[in-house]
Amino acid sequence: MRRPVIEVKGLTLLRHEKAILKDISLHVERAESVCLIGPSGGGKSSLLRCINRLLEPPARTVFIDGVDSTAMEVLALRRRVGMILQTPALFAGSIADNVRYGPALHGETLSAERVAELLDRAGLNPVKSSDPVDTLSGGEGQRVAIARALANEPEILLLDEPTSALDPAATRHVEETINNLRIALGLTVLWVSHDIQQAKRVADRVYLLVDGQIVDEGTPAHLFREGSAHLAAAFARGWLGSDGTVIHSG
Amino acid sequence: MVHDLLSSLQLTGLERIAAAFVLVLFAMLISRIQHLDLEKHMLIAVARAFVQLIAIGYALDLVFAADHPAYILLIQTVMVAVAGLTSGRRGKGVPHATAVALISITTGAFFTLGLLVLLGIFSFTPRDIIPVGGMVIGNSMNVCSLVMGRLRDEIRSQKGPIEAALALGASRRQAVMPHLRRALQSGMTPVVDSTKTIGLVQLPGAMTGMILAGASPLQAVQLQIIVMYMLIGAASYTGLTAAYLTYLQFFTTNHQLIDAGAQSAR
Repeated sequence: MRRPVIEVKGLTLLRHEKAILKDISLHVERAESVCLIGPSGGGKSSLLRCINRLLEPPARTVFIDGVDSTAMEVLALRRRVGMILQTPALFAGSIADNVRYGPALHGETLSAERVAELLDRAGLNPVKSSDPVDTLSGGEGQRVAIARALANEPEILLLDEPTSALDPAATRHVEETINNLRIALGLTVLWVSHDIQQAKRVADRVYLLVDGQIVDEGTPAHLFREGSAHLAAAFARGWLGSDGTVIHSG
Repeated sequence: MVHDLLSSLQLTGLERIAAAFVLVLFAMLISRIQHLDLEKHMLIAVARAFVQLIAIGYALDLVFAADHPAYILLIQTVMVAVAGLTSGRRGKGVPHATAVALISITTGAFFTLGLLVLLGIFSFTPRDIIPVGGMVIGNSMNVCSLVMGRLRDEIRSQKGPIEAALALGASRRQAVMPHLRRALQSGMTPVVDSTKTIGLVQLPGAMTGMILAGASPLQAVQLQIIVMYMLIGAASYTGLTAAYLTYLQFFTTNHQLIDAGAQSAR
């Protein structure tokens, strides 16, 4: 049996002596697309950051390809596990400068052809590679962020609400881009989203995270079917409180 | 006629200080008329300045008379301690700000004064090192505060790009470097700019003091040039130390931005 690419086992994380993640266990299979949904402040972004060690998880709670992430060299881990944030956070300079950033950190210089290929994969016209980043729209900025993350040739992509600041058309473009990359490159993808419709569109499986705990999981078809009694369905209808209680049963 | 009258007064010592107090009285009057409510603060300030400077004057008299290297270390240590505590307070929001300030100012003062003595520009005597050290330490204190404050603000406001850089595999140093450079530039720019304009806007303090004491202007400017070069050097040593020590306070050894209070547990 193949082991999952991402496996979290019994992860608990404290902040100000309060548990923001409580005994979290989940897994993501190779080339799978999994979505974390749930109310704001539920710990979704913190969980994502534990996977690439922007937050330090306890030892032997997060495993990448079966290896304890805390036993890995952290910079090498972050090259394998790419991340797209809610805002692109592009660096000053041109689009090409941003795409070249990751490999340049360990002494590698990407050729113009490689930069063009990455921009093309991310759905951007490579002709624009020398344009300054402050001329870009929100959707274009996220595409540059995707190309920038891909430049490290990651196996895994973590996406922290990457489309929350985008209009519907730009959102769909980014979703399509990520899905095409997943298929073309065999990427394993873990999304955080507050958009149920997005979760239905992009995810093979969904985890519902409420108040630091996983309270529901399953495929979108199963969780959100008509008449579903799942907590995820209640969340989709806006009937779930931030503490996990159903505040309306319909 | 007025000039002749004033010249005939021939004020000395405390009489001159008392006469200078007239300027403060005018300032207090302006404050009163304009409802600035600064009269009390002005009185406290002039009283403190009088007491502190008289005390340091007597202390320096004794120190110069003793002419022992141990006094140099003692007085420089007190100066560095006061400067470090002051700069540490200004660096509020930087973890371990006082320790960062003390180490940075000590480093700047040590290298600057050390080079000045090694190069034979000043001799290792209380009369040379204490006043020069005071200028170096005071300037280093200001640079340290500027650098710490600016880098703290950069890291807080630029958390997104820093986190994005870390997520791409940047070390903490690589992620913070553009912000560190801006903080260093902002810390060093004032002393570099004042060096560019020196003598054009006002005659600086060291030069003024020497001229008033009877030195020739050419002798005085030599000293002033040395002072300005010395302050640029001190600013760079202190600023660099402060910048590198400050950024380390915001990151873990695993190249993570410190989120105060975040801990892990099984």
